Amino acid sequence: MNSSSEKQQILISGVGGQGILFVTRLLAEAAIYKGLSVLTAETHGMAQRGGIVMSHLKVGGFSSPLIRPGKADILLLLHEENLKGHLYYLAHGGIVIVNSVLRPDGNEASKVISLDAASLAKEIQQPKSANLILTGFALSTLSRIGNRPYCSPDDIRAVLCQKMAGRDKILQASLNAFDLGILRGQEAEI
Amino acid sequence: MNNRILMIGNEAIARGLVENGCSMALSYPGTPASEILPGVVKWKTELSLPIHIQWALNEKIAFEIAYAGSIAGLRTVVSMKQVGLNVASDPLMSAAYMGAKGGFIVISADDPGPHSSQTEQDSRLMAMFAKVPVLDPAGPEQAREFVGLAYKLSEAFEVPVMLRPTTRVCHGGQDVELKGVTPSDRAAVFKRDPARWAATPKFRYLLHSKLNEKLSAIAANEDTKPRLLNPDTVSSEAVIASGVAVAHAQEIMADLGLLNSVALYQVRQPFPLHSAFIEEILGRYERILVIEESAPVIEMQIADRHKVNGRLNGAIPAAGELLPEVIEGILSNFCAISQPELNIPAAVGRKPSLCAGCPHRASFFAIKRAVPGAIYTSDIGCYTLGLNLGAIDTALCMGASISQAAGFYQAFKLGGKETDIVATIGDSTFFHAGVPALIDAVVQDARFVLVVLDNSTTAMTGNQPTPATGIDACGNPCASISIEGLVKSCGVKFCRVGDPYNMPKFTKLLKSARKHALEKGLSVVISRRPCLVDKRVKEMKRERIDVSVSSACDGCSYCIKQFECPAIEFDQAGKRARINQLMCSGCGICIHVCPRKAIEKVEVQ
Repeated sequence: MNSSSEKQQILISGVGGQGILFVTRLLAEAAIYKGLSVLTAETHGMAQRGGIVMSHLKVGGFSSPLIRPGKADILLLLHEENLKGHLYYLAHGGIVIVNSVLRPDGNEASKVISLDAASLAKEIQQPKSANLILTGFALSTLSRIGNRPYCSPDDIRAVLCQKMAGRDKILQASLNAFDLGILRGQEAEI
Repeated sequence: MNNRILMIGNEAIARGLVENGCSMALSYPGTPASEILPGVVKWKTELSLPIHIQWALNEKIAFEIAYAGSIAGLRTVVSMKQVGLNVASDPLMSAAYMGAKGGFIVISADDPGPHSSQTEQDSRLMAMFAKVPVLDPAGPEQAREFVGLAYKLSEAFEVPVMLRPTTRVCHGGQDVELKGVTPSDRAAVFKRDPARWAATPKFRYLLHSKLNEKLSAIAANEDTKPRLLNPDTVSSEAVIASGVAVAHAQEIMADLGLLNSVALYQVRQPFPLHSAFIEEILGRYERILVIEESAPVIEMQIADRHKVNGRLNGAIPAAGELLPEVIEGILSNFCAISQPELNIPAAVGRKPSLCAGCPHRASFFAIKRAVPGAIYTSDIGCYTLGLNLGAIDTALCMGASISQAAGFYQAFKLGGKETDIVATIGDSTFFHAGVPALIDAVVQDARFVLVVLDNSTTAMTGNQPTPATGIDACGNPCASISIEGLVKSCGVKFCRVGDPYNMPKFTKLLKSARKHALEKGLSVVISRRPCLVDKRVKEMKRERIDVSVSSACDGCSYCIKQFECPAIEFDQAGKRARINQLMCSGCGICIHVCPRKAIEKVEVQ
């Protein structure tokens, strides 16, 4: 586990259509916004058609775009079935944030925190916003357990405002979804 | 705010092109190279740059157009995926001899893995074969920087220069610093020189000798020589790497504490490998490890092998991507240190599938129903996923569906056997390489059904326009070519257009095409229905047919196996099929699929 919050390896995964690449870019742009260097790796093409989409995000002084097994500080999983397949990326003492109706357990080496982001997204009539809800949830829960992420909720909001400048309706919806995640993270039992 | 923005490698390459005065950018879409051209379009539009940008019909044509621009003194580029370079290899071989005037960059994006390609071929080997220099960037920022190096090299030695990124560079993202853009102020000039631009074999020999001289000089070019990344380290061992493998190796060696004890070099120009460098490393080090993707290009140029470890002595696996965990193992072996045991589970999850509502799925289902048991030849595109429906038997390379269908016809005809053959090809692929094959099949009276899956776009690679679209790479209107007009002028007597969303009528059309193929000659069905993912289509209003599964469903799973729509799931508890309403596109095709008619239209009140 990296104690420095300025150097982090985050693995983000889900299935096609869940907005994995959007979240990856959002988090990467938040790093640049903070003046940190960043590397990402994405899946495109054939691999993307409805299959598993996984992206690697490395913030701070790295040179390789890929996270090695056992090195990820955080797994952000939009699809709970990926937990089984991608857990090997997690570092000892790392944290998993997963979109799940069940409450999967961690083990002595890892902590698993879950949120049913998909249902929340449906509740607020934005079925495609589970990615932003889970991202907000991740930021607030991580802060609470003393694993301060490299960026704050305000950094993310600032980047969203930049990215969606001139598209007020989408921006507002995105901010709402993100803030809902933040709120759930503050209330969650962890 | 700083001047760094997040870019994937392809966008960084595009930025490098406009920063270095590129005047013509040509391409044919192909993963992982597809985002380069749109990247150039973006800057052209934002900064009103004078650049000719074009999706060409195929890579050979793209190459030849860009190369002519170079002969006219402009800085030009052609980009493609690695198998596209096979198509463009004919002009590449000759352009190497004749050389460039304005800087000419050939970008060929490789796909070790492979993630979305037919082969793991190494374009650097093609550069070596053609005898042109090649640069191998380690990441997006470097890819941008290497564009400038490539133009300089190309103009200094009047030679085409290859830039070879791999998937991890093309689709890797990095914070990239924006440098100034200098629009080109060059005007095209053509200087007649038939001994060069139209060289006969006698002059080709002279050009070849001249190219050899250029290569010797390039092997001493200061700007592109290998870099020692840890110059303070005193060592008897060296790791020599290129491409993204350098980025992996550097980080892993730092983690393992090896950067203080083992020299690490980055080879920026794998071919021609700098001659002084070869002497230097052989003189200075006892043991050398070469890490590169995917062929031993650097390694082969180090003739004295007794110190060298790499692919040629099995120190590095001969196939597959060099993932960082693989490189960690290789480095650990080389340095005789123990490595953590990896426990990587087998890949899980869904396999890629045609989208819910994809018109290709409807076409394939109809084909299976109308011509069951045929030999199904197919081609390269999204629709290769028709494999999941059992509606594809072969997929070789661009355009081969038609020639392979002709080949099967001729082979079976020899034995006097009549066989049903149905070829499927996408609209963009048909233009790319299908037309000559179709003419050939007509002339030779090969009898089969050809279904052109016309979704009005190049879907797999991100919905680029086709020659039928009538829109150019910059989004402006241009001429369009009618597929049916083209098919008819190839001499095809039976050419009909159908809508696969109208399942009963489309199946009937396929049956009559089959009858014509067996009795009279080749028949063509154009299956026309736009791709659902295409932005232009998304904006169009479409009637939505909501469906549900009734109690008539007996859980036979026919729909799941034979139609394979991601929106139809098996409900384990209820032991029957169920519609995933979130995924369902409302195409209503599945109503025609269920043998028990248990999938029904939901009437909206």
